[in-house]
Amino acid sequence: MSARARLGRRITFAAGSILAFAYVTPFFLVFVNSLKLKPDILANPLTLPSHVTWDNFQQALTKMNYFRSLTNSIIITTLSVSLLIVFSSMFAYYLARTKSKLSKWIFLGLVTSMIVPFQALMIPFMARFASIVSWNNRAALIFFYIGFGTAMSTFLYHGFISNIPSEIDEAAAIDGASDMTAFWKIIFPMMRPITATVAIINALWIWNDFLLPRLVLTPETQTLPLSTYLFYGQYSTEYGQAMAGLLLAVIPIIAFYLILQKQFISGISSGAVK
Amino acid sequence: MIFLDKRISTTLRSKGDFRMPSARATKKFLKFSLVPLAIFTAVLVIPFANGFYLTFTDWDGFESHKLVGFSNYVASFKDPMFWSTLRFTALFVVVSLVAVNVVAFGLALLVTSKLRSRNILRTFFFIPNLIGGVVLGVIWQFIFNSALVSIAKKYNWASFEQSWLQDTHKAFWALIIVTVWQSSGYMMIVYITGLVSIENDVLEASQIDGASPLRTLLSIKLPLMAQAFTIAIFLTLRGGFMAYDVNVALTGGGPYRTTELISLHIFQDAFANGHFGTGQSKAVIMFLTVAIVALVQVSVSKKMEVQR
Repeated sequence: MSARARLGRRITFAAGSILAFAYVTPFFLVFVNSLKLKPDILANPLTLPSHVTWDNFQQALTKMNYFRSLTNSIIITTLSVSLLIVFSSMFAYYLARTKSKLSKWIFLGLVTSMIVPFQALMIPFMARFASIVSWNNRAALIFFYIGFGTAMSTFLYHGFISNIPSEIDEAAAIDGASDMTAFWKIIFPMMRPITATVAIINALWIWNDFLLPRLVLTPETQTLPLSTYLFYGQYSTEYGQAMAGLLLAVIPIIAFYLILQKQFISGISSGAVK
Repeated sequence: MIFLDKRISTTLRSKGDFRMPSARATKKFLKFSLVPLAIFTAVLVIPFANGFYLTFTDWDGFESHKLVGFSNYVASFKDPMFWSTLRFTALFVVVSLVAVNVVAFGLALLVTSKLRSRNILRTFFFIPNLIGGVVLGVIWQFIFNSALVSIAKKYNWASFEQSWLQDTHKAFWALIIVTVWQSSGYMMIVYITGLVSIENDVLEASQIDGASPLRTLLSIKLPLMAQAFTIAIFLTLRGGFMAYDVNVALTGGGPYRTTELISLHIFQDAFANGHFGTGQSKAVIMFLTVAIVALVQVSVSKKMEVQR
């Protein structure tokens, strides 16, 4: 290796290390300060705790109703994502396999709708759906997520199904399978990679969504981002507790990511590039 | 999404069959499409159309209403707060677009280099993106309001002694920093996908021809991954216009509503002040702006892709 190339590598290494440090420092600050007492934090937020306390976590767990919000987040995300997968895969299958004017126009409508920002809908939306929301706000929220997620998910499935030869459907039909059986037993299992993409993209969006839950949910049904925000607003001067709350809020999704890292990266790159 | 316009135009161009749908076809439509289509229509299409209509009425959120022409739009444009929000949003969109993409492209180059630590670096850069804007905003609120202030007092850093979030100009940069930190990891993935799609033969050929790494980057890599730029710029553009979470959690629009981006402004107008008519008109103006800017951007970028 030439001296120049070695210097180049050293510079890249240094740049990488500095940037990585910059990207994780905020999390490091949250972590160390969640273990400290308030005077310790005020004295110097950068240092390691002089005395480790777990009390902040206990306080945060009860005050932000952590397990209740976590359960709500899990229920809402899982149900919305599963239903989105079921409906949008079937929808896409129909649209990709039916060569009618109607299916072309529906597909075009779905694609166009993806440019509409939620803000352009939220006002009439809240007036129109007030009664469903007051009946059962969690069910209403899941219903809304299916509506908002359909276009993107159907679009992703559509692209994938278009590459599955339709001879496979025909063979299944000849063997006597109904449309439904052919789809669920043969086509759907072939779409596992795109199902992973659809699941990850929607799960990230729904798990982290804030504006829609803020408009729809009540204190009993609030999700993790919502209860974190409210908790921080109330206890922002109790730095240690606030930091513990923030750490608790980010742990589930980071754990999930570290377990499924490969799927996340490939899911996001194929979802974005489509 | 819009990058598949080829797929759409070919489906539209191919001749549909004009036969009456058979009973079997109708049944298949009902089984496979009815539920998603109905939910999509109820949640998206109807409120969207309804929202357009409401801007021409004197609807106040509850009571029945009558048509009032363009007066809601006139009132929106007469609102000086709306103009300052539009200016602030435009500035935010432009600066965040440039900053996020420059940083993201740099990160992508870094993690596709021969560095041994590239996988762990990629994880670090991507993690902020997993976490919602609200939680990120709150983390940085602590950093700007408390951590940096107390460090600055300890080490006499004059520029941080007062929280950045209490000064409109500095709060703008705080918003940019958090946005870059949040979105650059995602755009990095888009650029990585572009970079690794370039075939090795081409790169080897340029190396044999004696091209320097910089030359290779500018003349080979950039043109061959133009599509990644189209996508990343589109996504950051859209994200900039729609930014809400970080805004609410970091500055809350303060000090004195001077850092309100368009989304937060609409939210405040409608839900905090009860101005549903102007709120919805502003939302329609926002939609039209996003749609036009995005269409122009995509068609310009597409042209640049073709000229390789």
